[in-house]
Amino acid sequence: MSQAQVEGTGAGRGSLKSYGTGFLFSIVLTAIAFALVMSGELSRAATLAGIFAAAAVQILVHLHYFLHLDRSSEAQWNLVALLFTLLIMSLFVVGTLWIMHSLSYRMM
Amino acid sequence: MTTEASRIGFGDSEEFEHPDTVSIQAFGFWIYLMSDLILFAVLFATYVVLGQNYAGGPTGKDLFDLPYAFVETMLLLLSTAICGLAILAMHEDRNNLVLAWLAATFLLGLGFVSMEIGEFRGMILAGSGPSRSAFLSSFFTLVGTHGAHVSFGLLWMAVMMGQIFRKGLTTPVRSRLMRLSMFWHFLDIVWIGIFTIVYLTGVL
Repeated sequence: MSQAQVEGTGAGRGSLKSYGTGFLFSIVLTAIAFALVMSGELSRAATLAGIFAAAAVQILVHLHYFLHLDRSSEAQWNLVALLFTLLIMSLFVVGTLWIMHSLSYRMM
Repeated sequence: MTTEASRIGFGDSEEFEHPDTVSIQAFGFWIYLMSDLILFAVLFATYVVLGQNYAGGPTGKDLFDLPYAFVETMLLLLSTAICGLAILAMHEDRNNLVLAWLAATFLLGLGFVSMEIGEFRGMILAGSGPSRSAFLSSFFTLVGTHGAHVSFGLLWMAVMMGQIFRKGLTTPVRSRLMRLSMFWHFLDIVWIGIFTIVYLTGVL
């Protein structure tokens, strides 16, 4: 059996360059997030915004460079499944936080 | 004459005649990862709801050691990058190199799990176990579930090293290695959420 089909989907289409780039980006973004909190230079709100932005970018970096998720036809259904999952996740997370926050406020 | 479904189902048949078997398996595994993502989303939501309920006990500021969490993160990042190198070596049919990279991935993952167990042990011995407060219950559930995933990934990796050693890089073994690497990269993504939402936000 040819390798081509093994390389077809998901994590299959990497190269040394893509793993190296992804690794460098993720190290830098992790270091930025930890440095922001450990230095304590910025206000609490700015620090929170910084670390969540770094995490969001790092997740995209991992999806792109490690899991090779993009808009190519091979990864199309993986992407669709991920987007649908994100919808369900946001329903769970936003719904939970909303309801529990409201409950906590009303029971005060 | 076997049916298509049975060919897809029995990963152990060395035939793999259906041309799409490997990519179908990879996609099926991707769907599993998505359902796992929902599991983690629910645990994250639970943590965010309960994370401020200290019941007079220790807070994240008292418990979390950021340099320690940073080292754990680096171990996992390095491990996920090296796992990618193992897949590259697999495409080049270099069995020994795949084994070497997998062994390195395994050791780094083992280091991560050991550090996490050490952290949990220290917390429980200091009286900050999961029963201390709602914050700690949700902390141990979320971080422990991730740690259990990594531990099962290590077991899987050990089995795959045995299979490469005994069977070589056959198509079913390649297919399993691909899925293992997807699992490993996925766990690293979940960890980004954990160190951001639990550790970094916890000490602010």
